[in-house]
Amino acid sequence: MNKALIPIAELTYEQAFAQLENIVNTLEADEQTLDEILAKFERGQALARHCATLLEGAELKVKQLSGDELADFEPGR
Amino acid sequence: MVQPSLFPLAAWTVTEVNRYLRDLLESDYNLGDLWVQGEISNFSRPSSGHIYFTLKDERAALRCVMWRNNAQRLAYLPQDGDSVEAHGSISVYEAGGQYQLYADTIKPIGEGALYQEFLRLKAKLEAEGLFDEARKRPIPPWPKRIGIVTSPTGAALRDMLNTLRRRYPLVEVVIAPSPVQGRDAPAGIIAGLRDLNRAAAPDVILLARGGGSIEDLWAFNNEGVARAIAASEAPVITGVGHETDFTIADFVADLRAPTPTAAAELATPNRDDLLIVLDEARQRSIQLIHAGIGDQRWRLNELASRLRRLSPEAHIMSDRQRLDELSHRAVTFLSHFIEMQRAHLDAAGQRLTDLNPQTVLARGYALVSNVDGYNVRSVKQVKAGDFLNVRVSDGAFGVDVAER
Repeated sequence: MNKALIPIAELTYEQAFAQLENIVNTLEADEQTLDEILAKFERGQALARHCATLLEGAELKVKQLSGDELADFEPGR
Repeated sequence: MVQPSLFPLAAWTVTEVNRYLRDLLESDYNLGDLWVQGEISNFSRPSSGHIYFTLKDERAALRCVMWRNNAQRLAYLPQDGDSVEAHGSISVYEAGGQYQLYADTIKPIGEGALYQEFLRLKAKLEAEGLFDEARKRPIPPWPKRIGIVTSPTGAALRDMLNTLRRRYPLVEVVIAPSPVQGRDAPAGIIAGLRDLNRAAAPDVILLARGGGSIEDLWAFNNEGVARAIAASEAPVITGVGHETDFTIADFVADLRAPTPTAAAELATPNRDDLLIVLDEARQRSIQLIHAGIGDQRWRLNELASRLRRLSPEAHIMSDRQRLDELSHRAVTFLSHFIEMQRAHLDAAGQRLTDLNPQTVLARGYALVSNVDGYNVRSVKQVKAGDFLNVRVSDGAFGVDVAER
């Protein structure tokens, strides 16, 4: 699968979570070699870590539309 | 005309008079609970928070007061000149000797007309199919960018940003600031929706404002706003007013939330839920890897034992056994064979001994041969006068045949 070639750190939460789901499903379903199982497991763990890091470390980015430009939002108070 | 009595009763104090009037008014059924219609004048709201105003019509005026606790709850703050209906009771302000309306609520008199307009527009847009369920687009479960159309200074924006920060901080928020009440609100909201779609292409748009009177929310019952929501490329979630407020915008929106906070919740997954799901996926994969390794180990054991059965060593062991067996059989056979041969040999030796002529001669027999060396076996080989050689056990001698 091509997606596996993208470094995990560059995946969005959605991509990483989808891959994690996929890996758990294939671990559950398919006959596979030990190498495959171990590789998938390791990647799954890394994906889960990445997702958790994204969730826990994220700072909400707030922009303001002025005309067609996106500017940083200054709370008006 | 009644003349003052020559023997007057004791005079009332002013306080007594006013209190008497107050009791009189407050015991009146009609004056205890009434709506009064009129135009506001002399409106004032001093720092005490109480509201003072006068209700007028063409011919008369009525002083009114509204205490702070009621005034604070007013969704609509009247201004001089507004036509309103005020609800309350009539009583006496004893210190001033004035009766007045103690109002507990005020509503603008145009409300009925606004409601008619609301119903008319709702029926029209509904007939056009703008509210059809089939038009409603799904809200993407993993938004990357959320557009917000609201006032940049309102509590609604603060509530929504707090909610988004708490639930799903991965998202990027783009705010299109717009007035959300007053004359300029509809145009601002329409432009905000249009600009967000064009310049920010959000996954979903929140259109929101906090609670207010029906006038305050009126921009959300605007036909142009309704059509802008319908035309939005991104699905729109409305969160206007309080739970009980329904606006035309709510009907057109892809999803209606009861409040701005609820709109932000409906637009995002919840981080706490996601962390639980992540943890479950982690646990599951650990279980699976253990099961997978266990399975592989079992297969490995099975293969290893099969391999042992098939190994050359096993062959060698088995061949060696066969070799041992063969050699044992060979040795057995050989010794048996030798014994047999020996027995044959013994028998043959005995026979040979039996056949030895010397042995026969020793028993007294003689061996007769002619001069040519042939053994004589028959009388026919002999005639009178022949010379024969006779051999006995210890030597030989010659004889002449005398007769035959």
